[in-house]
Amino acid sequence: MTYKHIGKDFTPPDIEAKVTGAARYAEDFKKEGMVFARLLTSPLPAGRIVSIDYSEAMAMEGVVGILTTEDLPQAAPPANPPLASDVISYIGQPILAVAAVTEEIAEAAIEKIRIDFERRPFAVDPLDTLVEGGPNPYPNGNSLVQTEVAAAGTTQAGTGVGETKWSRDAINAFRAGRAPSGGVAWGSTARDQWEFGDVEAEFAQCTAIVEEPFVTIGQSHHALESRTGMAYWENGRCYFFGSLQSHTIGVAPLAGMLGIDPANLVFINENTGGGFGGKIFPYPIMAVTGHLSRKINRPVQLRITREEEFYIGHARAGMQGWIKLGLKADGKVGAVDLIIVGDAGAGGGASGPGAANYVSLMLQPDAMRFRGVSLYTNTAPRAAQRGPGENEMSAALEPIYDKAINMAGLDRVQVKMLNAPDSDGTIGPQRGALTGCWFAEAIAQGAELFGWEEKKQLSGRRNGSKVTGIGVGMGYHSAGASGYDGLCRIGTDGKLYLHTGVGNLGTYSYAAVVRAAAEVLKVDWENCEIVRGDTDLHLPWSTFQAGSNTMFTEVRTNYVAAMDAVRKLKAIASGELGGEADDYDIDGERVFNIANPTQGLTYAEAAQRAVALGGEYSGQEFPDDLNPVTQRAVQGLAGTGLIGVAKDSRHTGTVPAMTIGYMQIELDTLTGKYEILDYACVADCGTIVHPMGFRQSMNGGGVWGVGLAGYERLVYDTQNGLPANVGLYQAKIPTFLDIPIDTRSGATNIPDPQSPMGSRGVGEPSQGCACAALASAISDALGGHQFNRAPITADMIVNHVAGLDHYNTGDLKTNTF
Amino acid sequence: MPSYDNMPAMELYQPVQIQDALDLASRLAERGWLVGGGQDTYGWIKDHAKRPEALIDLNGIEALRGIRETSDGIEIGALTTLTEVVNNPLVKERYSLLAKAASVVASPQIRNAGTLGGNVAQDVRCWYYRRGLACYRAGGNLCYADTPDAQNREHALFNASRCVAVTPSDTAPALVALEAQMVIASQRGERIVPAARFFVGPAVDIENTTVLRPGEILTAVRIPAKWANAEFYYEKIADRNVWDFALVSIAAAMRVEGGNITAASVVCGAVECVPRRLTSVERAIQGRPRSQATADMVAGMASQGARPLARNQFKMPMMDNLVQRMLTA
Repeated sequence: MTYKHIGKDFTPPDIEAKVTGAARYAEDFKKEGMVFARLLTSPLPAGRIVSIDYSEAMAMEGVVGILTTEDLPQAAPPANPPLASDVISYIGQPILAVAAVTEEIAEAAIEKIRIDFERRPFAVDPLDTLVEGGPNPYPNGNSLVQTEVAAAGTTQAGTGVGETKWSRDAINAFRAGRAPSGGVAWGSTARDQWEFGDVEAEFAQCTAIVEEPFVTIGQSHHALESRTGMAYWENGRCYFFGSLQSHTIGVAPLAGMLGIDPANLVFINENTGGGFGGKIFPYPIMAVTGHLSRKINRPVQLRITREEEFYIGHARAGMQGWIKLGLKADGKVGAVDLIIVGDAGAGGGASGPGAANYVSLMLQPDAMRFRGVSLYTNTAPRAAQRGPGENEMSAALEPIYDKAINMAGLDRVQVKMLNAPDSDGTIGPQRGALTGCWFAEAIAQGAELFGWEEKKQLSGRRNGSKVTGIGVGMGYHSAGASGYDGLCRIGTDGKLYLHTGVGNLGTYSYAAVVRAAAEVLKVDWENCEIVRGDTDLHLPWSTFQAGSNTMFTEVRTNYVAAMDAVRKLKAIASGELGGEADDYDIDGERVFNIANPTQGLTYAEAAQRAVALGGEYSGQEFPDDLNPVTQRAVQGLAGTGLIGVAKDSRHTGTVPAMTIGYMQIELDTLTGKYEILDYACVADCGTIVHPMGFRQSMNGGGVWGVGLAGYERLVYDTQNGLPANVGLYQAKIPTFLDIPIDTRSGATNIPDPQSPMGSRGVGEPSQGCACAALASAISDALGGHQFNRAPITADMIVNHVAGLDHYNTGDLKTNTF
Repeated sequence: MPSYDNMPAMELYQPVQIQDALDLASRLAERGWLVGGGQDTYGWIKDHAKRPEALIDLNGIEALRGIRETSDGIEIGALTTLTEVVNNPLVKERYSLLAKAASVVASPQIRNAGTLGGNVAQDVRCWYYRRGLACYRAGGNLCYADTPDAQNREHALFNASRCVAVTPSDTAPALVALEAQMVIASQRGERIVPAARFFVGPAVDIENTTVLRPGEILTAVRIPAKWANAEFYYEKIADRNVWDFALVSIAAAMRVEGGNITAASVVCGAVECVPRRLTSVERAIQGRPRSQATADMVAGMASQGARPLARNQFKMPMMDNLVQRMLTA
């Protein structure tokens, strides 16, 4: 299909401001009389506060106020409260905030505060708390009890703390890389234990069966913009300048944190310096900023330092697992048995269920069993991070899958194509349907782009101490939601104002999706203006920006809003010029009579008529099913033009964003270092709306994929619970010299049947295929060796080559080097 | 715990003459802090982990900058940036070992600001120490890194004495290999210390990594002609290819005549608190060619005597592999 805007490159309007530095982030906003808050955080991994004496601090000149748990009641574990005192559960947990006229005075005041702590035993390794007699991270237990279904890596209402223990024999077996038998317990929800098909019968038909353990290490969030916030109150309204991935969907929960009606919250978030799952919804520390401002009746800025961001910014959950995977003679996956002990840190959710769903989708086994348990530890709270569950599982799974394929003597790409889900594929224990899937086509396209048939001949080729590895890895994430609101306005000046409550987290998807409305209304981009970033600008209730869903979800909302505007344009024209609405069409920013195109109205004229007509045409009336956020927005816009507004319907099935990555590396067996010589990747993510944005997604995801499989990690000292990597340097994020020089990317560009313009997102699986391809390539370079973990670092490779594998696998735990 | 991340109020002195700087350094002693490129200064002070009362900013002293030819080699001012060292024609022509070492320090941005003096004088990077724990090096009575459960992947294989931190400097092994001399000035005058004795281990001084004392300023590094235009080999293995400290590094200077090594100076970084001279390897390869056979002959020799910790065993094969590479490159 030929589009006016869809599939065409364009320059998002905020690019210039970002390049010049004019773009404003939360920390850039100031207000007269503003004071600065700083946090006092816990030096202990577990305990409680017996007493606090802040009298000396409060007596200091320049100190304006303090906020403690006396002002903010603490939610019970496993909720992650903004401030804690009764249950301290990780180092760096905020205890109180002090406001002063300068940051320096606030810090000096914090030094004067005296706190008596009572220590509790703690655990940073999930298996240390899982073993019988092991310490519990919370006073009342160690494991997640969930009564409602939550997205992987998130905490929501309905979670509680239980106690789960395994026998010492079971723990020892699991640490040694074997499936535990006897004396084990699993999570209590349907997501923690499920099975379909006859697992044992299917294994019996398999000719190549592998059993391997795996460990994936958590990674902290490192968005360049920390979660700084500024708030002030005027006439009962709170003006909050924050940093979220999403925008208007955060209004209600943030208002709830502040104890106010959402109508009394003005949330300004023009730009966000990255989120990656760490800032999907309002996070606890935002409550401190807002409440402290109200308490002292002064504008307050709470700047979060890089180190604090590490503590409170959440991290990817780690996993310790075991998998048994069987292939039938033709390469079809017969059965999978999967065990995952997930690390949910100090609040949050582990990602085992998401990882299991990933395996079920990518392998399409005839039978599968999953058993898992989500455990808390006294480490950083966990939350979603790009492809939570899926991406770390992809890095762990790919070398194991390769091992089985090699054992069967088959071609890795052919087997992955054979087992690739198509539009009849299923996911998870319910074997849920997909909206549409052409993954095998993506794999084939990628093989062509990479030159698989030629490159695979290079596998294992020696060049002095260097050896070539060829990897192929798969990525996936569910990439679509529905049911949100769309809103656009044709002004009396004839311009199209594209109102969006989508956040601007740096991907520019906010701009790409509103082009769907411009497409429907056939408006030149020069005559469009995007309205966003400030709820006082009348923004609709838009999707949460996570799960790679914006491109699917918000194309739908913009489409329905624009279709509503088209309907109104035709109705106005027919009312003004005669005939029926169906007698009219639009083009050239006019609505005109099809039989006599000279008879018509410009969009400006139609908008002026809409204002004169009132009612639904200019927003005095609107559909009842709109979210209150959208209702307020329409009310605010009433009488200013022709309003297109509608609630999106609901789609059915999982929206699969699929990626395949091919990587060629040359690994130096003397140093454990490798160079990525080639990386090619192809996505099956529907219609490509913004080609340049798509390529950047594939590039950026590829960079982080290298980080996940090769570098990044959380490291905790088991003696005192201290985190070792509280900064960008220490967390080992990959650098420019560690990543592929070029990423060659492509797309199937086959439209999703449930998106009006065929679009799906691709942000998360772009990482998954890269980390899986790298893990696959490293294993391939070393003759199929299984490191059983991500990341695989130079020391592990050198140990392996030196015959010192016991130093790599003899200590199977997460949160360590 | 507080978060800090701000610079406390301090006195700032900006002398333009070396004598004025020495007077200030002497007068302020432990209360003062010398700052050149600042790459190992601002982190300490913004974290309030070090609390000097005054900064002595050396950047106005032109005499501390630049690379000069001397009657016996070259002299590099301590304030010369690492980028200047990398790009200097004299260094590149005669002492490419040092140019290579300086080129792999941290990142381009840090090399543009960081100085040669700062690179050799920087403190250890043991993460327990940098967290502000009261370890031996910080004046306490524990080493948190030398325990069976410690996260000590990056720590020492050799000569630990209550402290297992390693030298973090990438240029230090090259300077030791080149038998550089460190020029140290104070109000009492000037003293010249060989690079091999400039760096000190915990058995000698657990709170300092060099012989520099309050009131003293490292003014220059002199590199003698002895190893000029020798055959050199430098390699640094780090997790990442930029912005990382070495897991293990090697710096070697070799004289080769008639196809055989007649003299060698081989030094490893990041395996003990000071650059580690591989004297047994140096002796063993003398009179032999740079070849795989020689490498095979000395296999395992570099790491002999190592006492690995719980998580740094890999440094032993890494050391041995780098010696092999030095002989076969």
